[in-house]
Amino acid sequence: MVSIMIYISVAISLISVLVALVRFVKGPEKVDRIVAIDVISIIGLTLILLMSTIMKRIIYIDVAIVYAILGFIGIIVVSRFLKRGL
Amino acid sequence: MENIFELIGGVFLMLGSISLLISAVGLYRMPDFYNRIQVGTKASTFGVFLTIIGVAFIFPGWSPKLLAMLMFILFTNPISSHIIARAAYYTKVPLSDRTKVDKLQEVSKVHLKKVKNKG
Repeated sequence: MVSIMIYISVAISLISVLVALVRFVKGPEKVDRIVAIDVISIIGLTLILLMSTIMKRIIYIDVAIVYAILGFIGIIVVSRFLKRGL
Repeated sequence: MENIFELIGGVFLMLGSISLLISAVGLYRMPDFYNRIQVGTKASTFGVFLTIIGVAFIFPGWSPKLLAMLMFILFTNPISSHIIARAAYYTKVPLSDRTKVDKLQEVSKVHLKKVKNKG
C-alpha cells in the first residue's frame, strides 16, 4: 500500500517536471527560465528523497542536501550575473 | 501501530507531490514573471516541506538529518526567490497589464538619486 503511494507520488512529480519544462522552453525572458530551473531542481530534490524512501538507504539524503546547496548557489550566481555582470 | 504511521507518511508524500504539481501548473499559467515567481517558490517550498514530513513519518530514525535539510530549505528558498525578483526588476522585466501599484519604482528612483549625489 505504502509503496504504491510512493510510486504514485513519483509519477506526479515527473509530470510536474514536464510541465515546468514547457515554461523553460517557452519563457520569453531569461529570468523565466531561471525560475523554471529553480522549480525543476526542487522537484529533483523531492525525487531523490522518494528514491531514498524506495531503496531504504539513508545515504541518499546526504546527496539531496548537497544537491540543495549546489542549486541555491547556482541560482544566486546566475541572477547576480544577470543583474550586474561578472 | 507502525503501519498506521507508514500510511500517514504515504498520504503526506502524495500531498507534497500534488503541491509540486500545482506549483508547476501555476508556473505555466500565470501571466507575468512576478506572479510566476510567487507561485513557483511558495508552492514548491510547501511541497518539499510535506514530502520531508512524509519521509520522517515512514522512517522515524532518519528525522535529525531530515530536520537539518528542512531548515536549510526553509531558509534558502525565499532568499533565492528574492534575489531572482530583484535581478528581474533591475533588468526591467515588464510588469503585467493589470498591475495597479508599483511602489518600488519611486523608491528605486530616490535610491538612484542618492547614489548619484554621493558621487
